[in-house]
Amino acid sequence: MNSHALRLIANRLGVALLTLGAVSVVIFTITNMLPGDAAQAILGQDATPELLAALRTKFGLDQPSYVRYFHWLAGLLHGDPGHAMANDLPVAQLVGARLPNSLMLAAATTAVSVPVALFIGISSAMFRGSLYDRIVNMATVWVVSVPEFLIATVAVLIFAVKLHWLAALSRTDDIATLGQFLRVYAMPVLTLCCVIVAQMARMTRAAVIDQLTSSYVEMARLKGVRPVRMVLSHALPNAVGPIGNAVALSLSYLIGGVIIVESIFNYPGIASLMVDSVTMRDMPVVQACAMLFCAGYLVLLTVADLAAILSNPRLRK
Amino acid sequence: MRSSAPPSVVPPEAPRKPRRHLSVAGLAGAVVVGFWILMALIGPWLAPDDIGSMNGDAVFAPISAHYPLGADFLGRDMLSRILQGAPYTVGVALAAVLVASVGGTALALFAAARGGWFDNVVSRIVDVQLSIPTKLLALIMVAAFGSAVPVLILTVGIGYMPGAFRIARSLAVNVQAMEYVQAARARGEGLGYITFHEMLPNMLRPVLADFGLRFLFIVLLLSGLSFLGLGVQPPAADWGSLVRENIIGLSEGAPAVIVPAIAIATLTIAVNMMIDGFAGRKRRGGE
Repeated sequence: MNSHALRLIANRLGVALLTLGAVSVVIFTITNMLPGDAAQAILGQDATPELLAALRTKFGLDQPSYVRYFHWLAGLLHGDPGHAMANDLPVAQLVGARLPNSLMLAAATTAVSVPVALFIGISSAMFRGSLYDRIVNMATVWVVSVPEFLIATVAVLIFAVKLHWLAALSRTDDIATLGQFLRVYAMPVLTLCCVIVAQMARMTRAAVIDQLTSSYVEMARLKGVRPVRMVLSHALPNAVGPIGNAVALSLSYLIGGVIIVESIFNYPGIASLMVDSVTMRDMPVVQACAMLFCAGYLVLLTVADLAAILSNPRLRK
Repeated sequence: MRSSAPPSVVPPEAPRKPRRHLSVAGLAGAVVVGFWILMALIGPWLAPDDIGSMNGDAVFAPISAHYPLGADFLGRDMLSRILQGAPYTVGVALAAVLVASVGGTALALFAAARGGWFDNVVSRIVDVQLSIPTKLLALIMVAAFGSAVPVLILTVGIGYMPGAFRIARSLAVNVQAMEYVQAARARGEGLGYITFHEMLPNMLRPVLADFGLRFLFIVLLLSGLSFLGLGVQPPAADWGSLVRENIIGLSEGAPAVIVPAIAIATLTIAVNMMIDGFAGRKRRGGE
């Protein structure tokens, strides 16, 4: 690791922070663009000009928008993104109660999908052009191009309705044994995995094939190295960076996927909280959830870029 | 996202008449896509039942001669519901992808030709927008602006514009460096002539392949929104809404839940096969 690599990494982290700042401006602007504000929404029919003015002063809504933006941003940084309009509970409390559930779902999905996807991706790259590779190829294309709720409904039909193995809805409050844990998490995790594995396997395959077509592999092949050994000990070490990049990028699909999956299985995570808040136009909660998702997404994109930087041997001298 | 690195090199000697090596799968995909576009235009008039004909005895009826695709939660014919939903699923997505691709490509051509601060500003805005997941951006915009159909078209169109811009811009920058563009410039041709007669025709194939891919993502996003109850609002229903309104029938294994989802899958898989068939090479991955 030399100073050049360190500078690149510091640069990338700085860009990520700046981007997050810009994203917060975008989110704040969109959610505040329409006329009509929280004061009007709360008062509804009873709104008189005096009451409106009083409530606006109380919420600080009479201040110019950039002041409100910095006020909101400062709140976010202190872990206090305001109060929900629907029930006046602190947003931090609402989100905090559900965040562990979503993280658990994400962790379980990652733990299952990464090994499966790497296996499928690497093996289909090894047997490129074979029947197995073609089937994998077709299956992964089909899975990424159908809606998540099709996979979820088919999974419910098979495992809950026909086979009665699993419950169709997720309740996280009564988990005591491993069996119950599996019953609750199996369906959402299975659905999420389908999408992520397909995505990740395709990108892993591309990364390994990229290495397999390079000249040093050609050299190894001419030397008479056996195909399996060639992939495992020649190509794979060089593909670790691109594969790490692919894994992080595919995991960022989690963020889109959980929104559908949490809703369909009634899973009490922050994605379903956000969907409910969008339905009720509860802006403080929408803003906070959106910032959380964007932060997670940016972390994964940054990790993907860092994997690419760190695996570049030219920067390791 | 970043995975779908736009093709960095435009085939410089793109033949005037590209040989369309039409695969069977590509043709089959085109036929299915054509069928659904036709249904988007005339489907509602073909529907055997109108939207109000409910039948209390047929709630979640299985597939039968009278109900070729089963019946929904109010005992309405699913075939008719699907045909009536086609304009929403196919039509709204087509309108949105036109906004995204035409807008993105036009902006890209202008930015590439203009260069300087305009290119810089637009590119930075696009970078920021690409770091918000599209589904999330759509949710925020629905929360702010609601989900009337024109608003949905604009929301999704704007949401997918940055990707189209990125790809078209990198193509435009490459094509711009070609001798024939420089020759045209040296001849003293105007900016409009260079853009529409020299550059655009040589970018068309990758841009069209991207158009198809973008259409696919937009269909998935819109039906996802409708499935969450945030897209097309009742009484109108696209295929995503049909899955949502019949979801209670899932525990009975009613065809009404799964049929609209399968309709979406036939459309998106067909688009995929068509892109592969026509574009000739695989270019897929990110949004």
